[in-house]
Amino acid sequence: MARNILTVPTTAKVGEIIELRALIQHPMETGYRRSSEGVMMARDLIRNFTCHFVEADASGKAGEGELVFAAKLFAAVSANPYLSFHTTAFASGSFLFVWTGDNGFKQTERVAITVR
Amino acid sequence: MNKVQKLVGVGFVSVFASVFASVLAFTATLSTNAFAQSPTDSRKSGYTYMAPSTQALQNDDSQNPAMLWVKDGEAAWQRTEGTANKSCASCHGDAKTKMRAVATRFPAYSGSLGRVINLQQQINLCRTVQQKAPSLPLEHQILLALESYVALQSRGLPIKPPADAKLGDAQKKGEALFTQRIGQIDLSCQDCHNNQVGRSLAGNLIPQAHPTGYPLYRLEWQGVGGLQRRIRNCMVGVRAEPYAYGSEEMVALEAYLAKRAAGMKFEAPAVRP
Repeated sequence: MARNILTVPTTAKVGEIIELRALIQHPMETGYRRSSEGVMMARDLIRNFTCHFVEADASGKAGEGELVFAAKLFAAVSANPYLSFHTTAFASGSFLFVWTGDNGFKQTERVAITVR
Repeated sequence: MNKVQKLVGVGFVSVFASVFASVLAFTATLSTNAFAQSPTDSRKSGYTYMAPSTQALQNDDSQNPAMLWVKDGEAAWQRTEGTANKSCASCHGDAKTKMRAVATRFPAYSGSLGRVINLQQQINLCRTVQQKAPSLPLEHQILLALESYVALQSRGLPIKPPADAKLGDAQKKGEALFTQRIGQIDLSCQDCHNNQVGRSLAGNLIPQAHPTGYPLYRLEWQGVGGLQRRIRNCMVGVRAEPYAYGSEEMVALEAYLAKRAAGMKFEAPAVRP
């Protein structure tokens, strides 16, 4: 499991614009580099990132809810990719962060938010 | 494609995603320069030479990628290792209180080894003697993680090498190495870091070389590394044969640099370009 640092406000007011931040530990190996021994290093990238908002009373399965932000990542993105984006808080629930990539990489994190 | 270009790539992603955040972070940088020294001290941390965007990464733990290593270190602190079935916490307890200011005194003289060692070597010493676990090569990810976690507990405190005659010998040796011309390019450390500070070397600003933030996340490395790795970079740059990791010369240089930076604020785990 990859280390990650997620920044989501624990509480927000209805209609407030909030910032979400997602930092994850990943080598983002391009597949174009050679190691110090001269061997090609296999490509290992995170390909996709999505953030969904799942309302508190929804069933809460991965991929459900409303898409807040999505990004495709490529070899030009540096290691340990950091993404920050904004959304409007309208109800209590949780944000579902999903990173998927090469070699079956899949990381899912869920962070709750209370909206009053 | 080199790694610098890759960084530009992620820069674009974050800029598009967070125009607001950039403005906020920039304002924060202008209002607080947490690592500036007192006005009478002409010594400057490498932090002061960085672009505001790089300073913003260090200012905010939710953006600083070195905090990923700190989290690794926090987990490693609690994990039992070796045949003694002990974790770091078994002896030291809570790092947040017990490891406060510890990183500011390294390198230090180790009575049991009879030589001066740095923090990574001290962690290795704990591994072999207390945990009965195999020693790890310096710059190993586990050592870097633990070092980052321990170093974080000293953030904001002054660098304080212990007053110890045996450490003094290493500091003297380090000073001699610092002033010794080396390599095909025939430069000493002081030729750049004392005499050409603030000027540029192939597009990079030459800092005063104070080890205030190690271990740190270097954008060029795309990872966390220690001071010895950084010194080896410079040695390769002047086309000298780098000292081996953990060698007496390397630790002596570290000891001298710590003495030279004594009293400066410790800012690990830092970010550098």
